[in-house]
Amino acid sequence: MGTLTSTIASPVGARPAPAGPWRRAGRKLARNRVAMLGLAAVLFFVGLAILAPWIAPHDPLAAGWSTIRKAPSSAHWFGTDDLGRDVLSRVVWGTRASLLAGVVSVVISLALGVLIGMLAGFFGGWVDALISRITDAFLACPFLILAIALAAFLGPSLTNAMIAIGVSAAPIFVRLTRAQVINVKVEDYIEAARAVGCSPLRIAVSHILPNITAPVIVQSTLAIAAAVIAEASLSFLGLGQQPPAPSWGSMLNTAKNFMDSAPWMAVWPGLAIFVLVLAFNLLGDGLRDALDPRLR
Amino acid sequence: MFTYFVRRLVSLVPTLVFVSMLIFGLQQLLPGDPAQMLAGEDQRPEVIEHYRQKLHLDEPLPVQYGYWMSGVLRGDLGESVRTQLPVLELILQKLPVTVELALLSMLIALVISIPTGVISAVKRGSAWDHGATVFALSGLSMPNFWLGIMMILLFSVELGWLPASGYVSPFEDFGANLAAMIMPAFVLGTGISAVLMRHTRSSMLQVLAADYVRTARAKGLSEKVVVLKHALRNALTPVITLGALELGTLLSGAVLTEQVFTIPGFGKLIIDAVFNRDYAVVQGVVLVTATAYILLNLMADMAYFVFNPRLRH
Repeated sequence: MGTLTSTIASPVGARPAPAGPWRRAGRKLARNRVAMLGLAAVLFFVGLAILAPWIAPHDPLAAGWSTIRKAPSSAHWFGTDDLGRDVLSRVVWGTRASLLAGVVSVVISLALGVLIGMLAGFFGGWVDALISRITDAFLACPFLILAIALAAFLGPSLTNAMIAIGVSAAPIFVRLTRAQVINVKVEDYIEAARAVGCSPLRIAVSHILPNITAPVIVQSTLAIAAAVIAEASLSFLGLGQQPPAPSWGSMLNTAKNFMDSAPWMAVWPGLAIFVLVLAFNLLGDGLRDALDPRLR
Repeated sequence: MFTYFVRRLVSLVPTLVFVSMLIFGLQQLLPGDPAQMLAGEDQRPEVIEHYRQKLHLDEPLPVQYGYWMSGVLRGDLGESVRTQLPVLELILQKLPVTVELALLSMLIALVISIPTGVISAVKRGSAWDHGATVFALSGLSMPNFWLGIMMILLFSVELGWLPASGYVSPFEDFGANLAAMIMPAFVLGTGISAVLMRHTRSSMLQVLAADYVRTARAKGLSEKVVVLKHALRNALTPVITLGALELGTLLSGAVLTEQVFTIPGFGKLIIDAVFNRDYAVVQGVVLVTATAYILLNLMADMAYFVFNPRLRH
């Protein structure tokens, strides 16, 4: 096979081989300056999360009576909070909770959504009807309200918040995957795979899955943005990361009680959420432009 | 048309049944004995036994669901363990506050999004268009509770123009009511206006490329008449119906906004219930929200159908 390919390839060897769709999309993405800005910001936050122990100037949990609600200064760039903890260090460490929640929730949504969506799209019939009705029921409950209810019944913690967000967002992936599978499964190459005797599992995994990846990647990036806001919202309501561990949402929850005396406590965690979510949205929009064949 | 409506209405039944199963199923997530959890703070054995019997917890799950559902259909959503009041009564008490907030927010969203979207489409590629796109993306990325906190910092703490919290009924003092609601409504409205602006822009771009707009221009009508009378009217139909779909965002957003501005609405009810472990109230609020959302979607669908003559045949 290798020889055959090289024999066929050699006459055109003088010209560069035509780029595959992924490489073409990658190049298009790299040319999109706004999307690259988003990617750079995402990487910046990933760096913060990984290097938090070395970057944070203070211990994020170290309280101090002498430093309670101190305005920003050279010792504490972002000021200190109601327990005298350094706000900058807490914002840096809080990146971990936000990014972790964003990524883990979307992994949960993907695992559930893509699997169930493929079952619905691939098998059709009553399986599809049942799955579609259940998906409709989930989508009928506003996303955050469902996540709040799930987190309330599961009990407040970061892990449960991630499960609640992941489960609440899964129906979007079910619907997306189902629609893609239905489009792809009527293609000739699927028919051909079936004709040569491929098992349904093999058709699903090696022929359908790779062809529905692009829209799923785009949706995942945008879903991470939504999940970061959702985790911050749940933590703000007291249903996410529990104190004293730092998280942007719970920092804002505390800050709301000290708006008169320590307004700086509210500025930085919120700005961090805004920039991280904006970065994922910019990247997601760029990915959509690069991967959607209709926009080419 | 009638058959379409009936078919659409019938298709809601299974969705509603699954929604009720989902919400009933929530209590299965409670760790340990549900009767003990549902009793909340009051852990006397007779109270726990009362819940066990009342919710038929000794019976198999489908039977429990049957009892619960028959109560729901009669308007009995259970009782709050904290206030001992029927859940439905609590919800009906708080609903008007959230409805006022939602309507004000929607009004603000429409006032911002429709002109912005129209101008962006008409002046496609201009500095205005780019500015509006940046605004929309920022609106989508801004956590609305943070925007609320920032507005309190500016307008209440710094300038002292508006109250930071506190709710006054419009029937008591309309001015005070408006002063208390304007910031939360703006916070919620801007988030939605971002989405609506994107819809208006793309819908206008589509309509402006249509043949009848070209005809209107060819007739020598002024650009203002073409855009406002011919194009906008047609472009708005999908925007209004898509606007109804934003109700879910509005309700989710209201939970956070009411928390920031201490407004005693629906959102505050669910959060207080969560922390008082008042599970029947949580279930009731989710059920009412989901049902309202489904019905509004249905109305949006029907409105789309009524306003769009092409779909009628």
